[in-house]
Amino acid sequence: MSGHRVNDTIRLERRRFLQVLAAGAGVLMIGIRVADAADPPLPPALLGDTFHDLGAYVRIDSDSNVLIGARDPDTGTGVATALPRIIADELDADWNQVSVIQLGLGVADDKGQPHWIYGRQIGGTGSSIPAAWSDLRQAGALARWLLLQAAARRLGMPADQLRCDAGTVIALDGRRLSYGSLVDDASTIALPRRLPPLKTADRYQLIGRPAGDVDAHGIVTGQTHFAIDEQDGDALVAVLAHCPWPDGTLERIDTADTLAVQGVVKVMQLTPEPGQPWGSTVIAPAVAVLAEDTWSALQGRQKLKIEWKPGASGSESSAALEQRAVALLADSAAAPTTRVRNDGDVEAAGKKAARRLQASYFQPWLAHATAEPMNCLVRLDKDRARAVVPTQAPQKAWAVVQRLTGLAPAQIEIRVPRVGGGYGRRLDHDFVAEAVMLAKAVGRPVRLLWTREEDLGHDYYRSGSVHQFSAIIDRKRRVIGWNQRMASASALAHRGVPDNRLWTSELRSDQLPAGLLPNFRSDWYALDSAIPRGPARGMPHLSNAFATESFIDEIAHLLKENPLDTRLRLLGEPRQLPLGSGGTLDVGRLLNVLKLVADRIEWKNWLRSVSGLGIACWHVDGAYVAHAVEAAMQGEQLIIQRVVCAVDVGRVVNPLGLEGQVAGATLDALSTALNLAITFKGGQIQQRGYKDYPLAGMAQLPDAVEVITVPGDRPPTGASFLAMPTAAPALANAVFRASAVRVRRLPLMRELLRLL
Amino acid sequence: MAPVQAQVLPISPDSGIVPVEARNGIDLEINGEHYRHTGDPQMPLLWYLRDVLQLTGTKYGDAHGENGADLVLLDGKAVSAITLPVAKLAGRQVTTVEGLAADDGTLHPLQQAFIDEDAIGCGYCTPGWLIAAAGLLRRKKQPGDDDIDQLPNLCRCGCQTRVRRAIKRVAAGKAVQP
Repeated sequence: MSGHRVNDTIRLERRRFLQVLAAGAGVLMIGIRVADAADPPLPPALLGDTFHDLGAYVRIDSDSNVLIGARDPDTGTGVATALPRIIADELDADWNQVSVIQLGLGVADDKGQPHWIYGRQIGGTGSSIPAAWSDLRQAGALARWLLLQAAARRLGMPADQLRCDAGTVIALDGRRLSYGSLVDDASTIALPRRLPPLKTADRYQLIGRPAGDVDAHGIVTGQTHFAIDEQDGDALVAVLAHCPWPDGTLERIDTADTLAVQGVVKVMQLTPEPGQPWGSTVIAPAVAVLAEDTWSALQGRQKLKIEWKPGASGSESSAALEQRAVALLADSAAAPTTRVRNDGDVEAAGKKAARRLQASYFQPWLAHATAEPMNCLVRLDKDRARAVVPTQAPQKAWAVVQRLTGLAPAQIEIRVPRVGGGYGRRLDHDFVAEAVMLAKAVGRPVRLLWTREEDLGHDYYRSGSVHQFSAIIDRKRRVIGWNQRMASASALAHRGVPDNRLWTSELRSDQLPAGLLPNFRSDWYALDSAIPRGPARGMPHLSNAFATESFIDEIAHLLKENPLDTRLRLLGEPRQLPLGSGGTLDVGRLLNVLKLVADRIEWKNWLRSVSGLGIACWHVDGAYVAHAVEAAMQGEQLIIQRVVCAVDVGRVVNPLGLEGQVAGATLDALSTALNLAITFKGGQIQQRGYKDYPLAGMAQLPDAVEVITVPGDRPPTGASFLAMPTAAPALANAVFRASAVRVRRLPLMRELLRLL
Repeated sequence: MAPVQAQVLPISPDSGIVPVEARNGIDLEINGEHYRHTGDPQMPLLWYLRDVLQLTGTKYGDAHGENGADLVLLDGKAVSAITLPVAKLAGRQVTTVEGLAADDGTLHPLQQAFIDEDAIGCGYCTPGWLIAAAGLLRRKKQPGDDDIDQLPNLCRCGCQTRVRRAIKRVAAGKAVQP
């Protein structure tokens, strides 16, 4: 048998190693393992079981089929397609021979502590592709190098006279060897002392070319399982009735009618664990109905007679909170919670003001409204827990299971099927805590399902915000000063984050126009509320881009200027500006996306166009985005006629996937800006279904989104929410041109109809 | 283990075995297969599909079927499965997303078009879109934008523009390819 030497590692960087693992059974496996150098070598791997031992790996079988593991959860962001393609390209694999499998959580026991053997595993935060770019390519490169050496040995010629193409090694003399025929030999080749060089961009075969979603066939045939579709033998279905107030208590309950429903097994009470941060424990006190099937559980829940008693939050309302924000911002003596940035001297600049402009923008609370509601399947055995979790962060799901079960790290299995939307909601794992608590108490596996009503009514919402801006303009019509104040309830509160960092979920110190003006001040005022908050798609850019890019339009209007010219003047010459986060703002790239959308929508017609044209630009973690929107009013109806979006993300891994993300984020942002708001009164969320939280349907949305992607060769950035921030301000700016109504409050439709 | 509420009795048409008629079941035809439901006649079709038959392609969206994730074809018309009690299904034909493709696995033109246009976000609401579009194309072979605008489905991932392209691709006869 060949491949007796089954295990070898090559150092990548601190604590990360490329590892070759071959069973000598016609297979070559390579993975990235996060490990200590002192770790004992893995035992000879056996096919099938190695999935859990190896990191984001590539496996080549003797029939030349290639299996690639996808480590980050795919919530619709396309990472299950893009990440494997990064590996496959470096390997020169034939994509038609590649299968992708979604990896569960990779966790091993390191003296009682979890050891994340796949490294980072997190989806929907815009970081999957940048991280993969720095490590996954190396796994593919190593596999290709080993196959080349094996072919060189077989053919008796130096490796530099061989090349790889679509799963085949080809010699200068035309002889060809399939990868499959080389795997046994390749697994006996000693690893190089240094990493083999990565491909140069001119040799990319897959990166930069369009690829459809790897799960597409399973999805269109209804075969792809989401967590909500998982069954586990004798699992009980649990549905919940949460207390309307997170700090409320159960006053009275009558379960007789519920227990009389055939199939209902038990009614149980759930209580948040004191001292646990938001997102780690039950979101609010709840009563759970456990039944043999979903229909019985739902009927049982409907027959519950519960009286909840409100806690201190029972007097809260979103309207009062907004009034509090307005009062704070209006009080010039009120010290900010955090002075986020203070360049130059806005007060001194104010003395030189020829004109001033002040405006305030009001944005509502928002829910996540994932298509797949919160759910979780948990089976607990004496020395083992198995959970199927729709999560963006399986390591955090693991931590909740571990805390509640006390099991050792590797005794906990977290499976992550495709996830029906994340948008930040699934970075929190309250629903995992609920399922584990119930499974523990009832002694049977539990399949937890939140109804839509629970899902909208009990979320870690995005806080509403008030922005108050003032601009100082000199006699030469230049903006020389900018003073902005924002009030919101931090998404990081009640999560163990120190007070002086709470602002970081609400705004960026280097968001536009910071760095472009000599005098710039940005203050943040904290609001507090018992209504839970958490990460949300596009946070913190969404609300800030709407306010800022609307305000720039208002400056243009005041100066009787074309708003594109105002922006070009504000941005100035192409140059590199250092950002507080360590990166740089490439003004040239920002100007470029802005001009691209302007050209495409024929901005030269801005003044005389009957419909309204609006534009906006923004930058997000080294990526650049601009939107241009053409809209018209037909009576009280708003028609979005054209939407153009240009993005610059550096190197594009999958153009089709990127276009989908950009178009999708644009539509999501438009739907949100047009229609959506969460409100609360007496501490209770008012929205309970799609009727009250009306995502935009086909008719309300544009028929097409024209996506322009800027080709580039810089390392790729993430794009899952890049196109969110600028869609709404470009729309509001277009609406202003079309209707002469400046919308400073979202949701837009309600406000527009009020002002028309 | 506690008793299950509903029971499935698949009946092969050419089988010589005649089921005993002792139970007052409801005969169902789903994706061309015959079943008899003997549990609660008020059970919504959605839960019968998902919990009993384990046909999980049809998704739960909300209690009223407002986001279209739970659509099925009932005698060719797209209807919400969560508002449809099994009792109303006797003698009617139900097609779910699992039944759209031909028996030999050949995809329905819409399924192929959704793949070709990559009309998929997270994929959770995709079966509902497919059923809604299939219902529309049965009513109208050449639907216009206004017809497509009437589809009831909601999607936060923003797959609407790609779904529109996929439906138009089928209407234009471009999707008939392997």
